[in-house]
Amino acid sequence: MSLVEIANIHKHFGDLHVLNDVSLSVEPSEIVAIIGRSGSGKSTLLRCINGLEPVQKGRIVVDGMDVTGGVDLNLLRQHVGMVFQSYNLFPHLTVERNVTLALKVVRNTPKAEAKAIAAEMVARVGLAEKLQAYPDELSGGQQQRVAIARSLAMQPKVMLFDEITSALDPELVGEVLRVLEDLAAGGMTMLLVTHEMNFAKSVATRVAFMHEGRLHETGPARQTLEDPQTPELRSFLNAVLH
Amino acid sequence: MIREFGPDEIAYLVFAARWTILLTAASLVFGSIIGLALAILRIMPFRPANLLALAYVNLIQGTPLLGQLFVFFFGLSILGLDVGAWPAAVTAFSLYAGAFLAEIWRGSLQSVPKTQWEASASLALTYVQRLRYVIVPQALRISLPPTVGFVVQLVKNTSLAALIGFVELTRAGQIINAATYAPLKVYLTVAAIYFVICFSLSMASQRLERKLHVAR
Ligand SMILES: Nc1ncnc2c1ncn2[C@@H]1O[C@H](COP(=O)(O)OP(=O)(O)OP(=O)(O)O)[C@@H](O)[C@H]1O
Ligand SMILES: [Mg+2]
Repeated sequence: MSLVEIANIHKHFGDLHVLNDVSLSVEPSEIVAIIGRSGSGKSTLLRCINGLEPVQKGRIVVDGMDVTGGVDLNLLRQHVGMVFQSYNLFPHLTVERNVTLALKVVRNTPKAEAKAIAAEMVARVGLAEKLQAYPDELSGGQQQRVAIARSLAMQPKVMLFDEITSALDPELVGEVLRVLEDLAAGGMTMLLVTHEMNFAKSVATRVAFMHEGRLHETGPARQTLEDPQTPELRSFLNAVLH
Repeated sequence: MIREFGPDEIAYLVFAARWTILLTAASLVFGSIIGLALAILRIMPFRPANLLALAYVNLIQGTPLLGQLFVFFFGLSILGLDVGAWPAAVTAFSLYAGAFLAEIWRGSLQSVPKTQWEASASLALTYVQRLRYVIVPQALRISLPPTVGFVVQLVKNTSLAALIGFVELTRAGQIINAATYAPLKVYLTVAAIYFVICFSLSMASQRLERKLHVAR
């Protein structure tokens, strides 16, 4: 069985049909790049997977946990990490405490062990010397890397990334993408909404193109991006690449 | 027989100020509990709770404090409940403080970005854990200046308790004035004592604010 199984989901915001019969299965270690125009439902799709948004119809199962069938969301979220465009670090806590918070209060990890995990995760994203810094003392790229480390500390089975480089200055994008490449090499299962087509082509195993709330075209990343089959994806790629 | 307004009278006033402080402190303790509960009821994703808290806040904010004080002092005694000035005053001021603190704190809680809720939810924190570890600490810092501003108002408003015969600073002033017929001296002294209390509060708040800023 797939790690993430999305079957025929529908999501409405009032009259707006934001997700229309979307189905997608993600196998362990797969990296799915979700692309599409603004408003096509990419973020909403990710947010349904960890239960930040409820769906009105259809089924989502993550590692055997039925998101749409009343699984304890706080249990689910221990296994599904999410990183946002705006980093969302906790501004009143140091880097270390940002990372240890969930370990301590959700997992009841002993303090020393939590600190060791934080040190390891923060070192993994290349910020070992910033452990005691506060978020506002870090650059956007550094904050985003801490946000990734914070999620990784919970040892999730799947990571959801929502345009995590979109708010960054161009020269800071690379350092965050390198962290993702490192995760990919480690076999992490990921769904990532991105506008970085070159990154999608080189790192993702699959591309999912969202169009007007539907999963319009999907296929192996490189092949799909180089040879799109639908006119909608073709015109989208033309628009973003030129 | 008219007394001089001298050191004894000043000492009496300073001593009476402890009732002003005690009344403020007691109302603040109970008011904070009420206020925090109401603020959380106001932001909970549960409509009936929001409306209930809102109704309470509107009722208290929409009626005069003096009226509330009279209800608890005279009103309850008509019903056969003989409440003294102190319990009546503490009750009225606590309910009053609760409503105002609730609004200040609700605003502070809501000014913490929604993304902080989402980030902490995504880390599997429960609703209460999100509030306790992420939202409230940030809201606290935001709420400090308006909260202290309200407490300063509360200190001065406790003078209304004089009207139900509770001997706090203002009532003590009236008593001394009746004995000395030196209203200017008496009320300037009373005002000076209020000023010292309120000014100390503001200073303490500014110091705390600086400290919180350094510690985020
Ligand atoms: N909480 C909400 N309430 C109402 N409408 C919403 C809400 N969230 C999203 N929408 C609407 O749903 C649609 C899909 O939004 P979504 O954020 O999923 O798009 P997106 O593909 O991520 O776009 P972008 O590239 O701009 O991030 C949009 O029309 C948006 O306005
Ligand atoms: Mg989006």
